[in-house]
Amino acid sequence: MARKNSINSEISFTYIVKQRKLTLIAALGVTIGISIFIFMNSLTTGFDRKSNESIFKNSPHIRVYKDDNISQPLIKAGTQQAADVIVNPKVIPETNRIVNPQDIADLLRKQPDVKLVTPTVAVSIFYNNGKSQIAGNASGVIIDDADQMFSIQSLMVEGDMESLKTTPNGILLGVGIADKMSAKPGDNISVTSSENVTKVMKVVGLFQTNNSVLDKTKSYINISAAQQLENKNASYVSDINVSVNDFNKAQDYSKRFSHLTGYKAEDWKAANETVVAASRMRTIIITAVSFSILLVAGFGIYNILNMTISQKLNDIAILKAMGFKGKDVIRIFVQQALIIGLMGILIGLGVASLLVWRMAHVFVGGDIGYFPIRFEPWVYLKGSIFGLIITLAAGYIPAKKAANVDPVAIFRK
Amino acid sequence: MEREIMLQADKIGKYFYDPVKFRVLNDISFTVNRGEFVTLVGKSGSGKSTLLYLLSTMDTDYDGSLYIHGEKITGQKQNQLAAIRNEKIGFVFQFHYLLPEFTCLKNVMIPAMRLGKLSRKEIEERAYQKLTLLGLHDQALKPASKLSGGQQQRVAIARALINDPLVIMGDEPTGNLDSKNTQIVFDIFKQLTHELNQTIIAVTHDNDFAEKSDRTIEMQDGKIIAGHT
Ligand SMILES: Nc1ncnc2c1ncn2[C@@H]1O[C@H](COP(=O)(O)OP(=O)(O)OP(=O)(O)O)[C@@H](O)[C@H]1O
Ligand SMILES: [Mg+2]
Repeated sequence: MARKNSINSEISFTYIVKQRKLTLIAALGVTIGISIFIFMNSLTTGFDRKSNESIFKNSPHIRVYKDDNISQPLIKAGTQQAADVIVNPKVIPETNRIVNPQDIADLLRKQPDVKLVTPTVAVSIFYNNGKSQIAGNASGVIIDDADQMFSIQSLMVEGDMESLKTTPNGILLGVGIADKMSAKPGDNISVTSSENVTKVMKVVGLFQTNNSVLDKTKSYINISAAQQLENKNASYVSDINVSVNDFNKAQDYSKRFSHLTGYKAEDWKAANETVVAASRMRTIIITAVSFSILLVAGFGIYNILNMTISQKLNDIAILKAMGFKGKDVIRIFVQQALIIGLMGILIGLGVASLLVWRMAHVFVGGDIGYFPIRFEPWVYLKGSIFGLIITLAAGYIPAKKAANVDPVAIFRK
Repeated sequence: MEREIMLQADKIGKYFYDPVKFRVLNDISFTVNRGEFVTLVGKSGSGKSTLLYLLSTMDTDYDGSLYIHGEKITGQKQNQLAAIRNEKIGFVFQFHYLLPEFTCLKNVMIPAMRLGKLSRKEIEERAYQKLTLLGLHDQALKPASKLSGGQQQRVAIARALINDPLVIMGDEPTGNLDSKNTQIVFDIFKQLTHELNQTIIAVTHDNDFAEKSDRTIEMQDGKIIAGHT
């Protein structure tokens, strides 16, 4: 059997060698298609990673909190003729606390795929800077948990995150606020909460997220300090933050957690709708464009094969007369397409690597830094697989036509 | 001695529909014995090539039945027919001979490689043998497109012989050859049939060639008018 196939390969090779130029041009088309496909898809992956990174500097995978309730109409209409009694709908004034946070946190910890559960107290505060005030918000956290969630340690630019544990009134400031207040680690600053509690805090460290809004508003304090600022006791918790093993599945968990706890569970995608939607749009556009380019490369192969076949009708007729089956003819031409495609893909992988490598060294500056692109093995694999599929399709369609050539019709000419 | 029947045509008929319906073969019945050297003659347009395509199993659009070596060919699937052609039948076509981009040697080797029964080395040796037989030893490594029409035709004959087929069919296999080479081919055909018990059916316009064969079947307007048996 192997020997029978070897003659098919020999024939494809001969056709390729005899049409070197056309073969190279078709392969070049695949090279361009593959390298652009890989480059662009590495780009989206890089953008998405960057955007997720920046989201997870501030958003937990899932946040469980008490949602505001809107007041309902008091009396429902009993009959069809009667109208509802309408009351001007308002937010029902309730504290936004979670009742029994310890139990709920324990319940969440028992759920499968949950990595980390940590209570948080979010406080709106003003940083008092002489006569002026800077509006912002502080997260009252258990700093070790918060570090696991938001990788605070990696964002520290001055001071020491760990000293928050030993300093009950310590505060980690975003660099933007510190700049405005000319505060450095060791300084004392005063903050005022919306409950009008003013507290002197000791700056123990500065962090930089590279998200300028966050850097100008956000700070981390101990959860007990936050409870004091809110004028609440030690059982007060406003949010329970949850990390799960696979953040891409956060959406599925959040629904379940809402049911389970009776509180609103919001996943990071819902919390960052605009950013996520923008990234989805970017992905769709880049996918569409890169696929089109790959498809065009496929047409290159399709064309050269169609050309070969129409030039080789006589050969095909002779081969079939000598006992080559339809599937042999298909093999001959699909193999030709495959060789062209593989050549193109291989060179394409190299060119893509070169492009990615070059771009990764371009400094963009601002919040981004270096161009957010790097070698994504998965994208290379995807590109090669799609390249092969398109090659096979582009080869198979004309090859199938060749297999159906009627030798007698050719010999009669 | 009871002769073995190699090929049998039974009431074969065929129509062409383009441009008008037209009966190109009409009630053709004959048998060819194993080891027989049969020539097929008739005026141009009498249906010789059409009949040969049909006997060669490539054309399946006909009425009646065809048997080769006792096996019913009519109604078999394309893939089975291809296997039968590869193993049992060798051809020399009218005007269409070789794959131009391959060497003569490779052209001769292709049917044997497709059959896959021998090693590559054995196939190559056999191919050289056949080319030598037809006086083309020195042309073996030239691309087929660089040969003269007569040389190409002889390479095609060598190729038809490579798998030692039961039946060799030729559509004017000596049409492009001078008298000397025609004689060589004739002698080869005689030897194949009488010494190696292979069967040959050849269309020819060469009366001399036909007369010297074992039997001549004559066609006229799609019918056999002489030489049924
Ligand atoms: N594809 C076709 N469609 C319609 N008619 C055809 C077709 N092929 C051949 N014919 C007709 O069928 C008849 C037989 O043709 P065929 O080629 O078998 O003749 P032939 O005996 O081989 O002639 P020659 O000696 O010139 O080769 C001719 O009248 C020819 O015009
Ligand atoms: Mg003819």
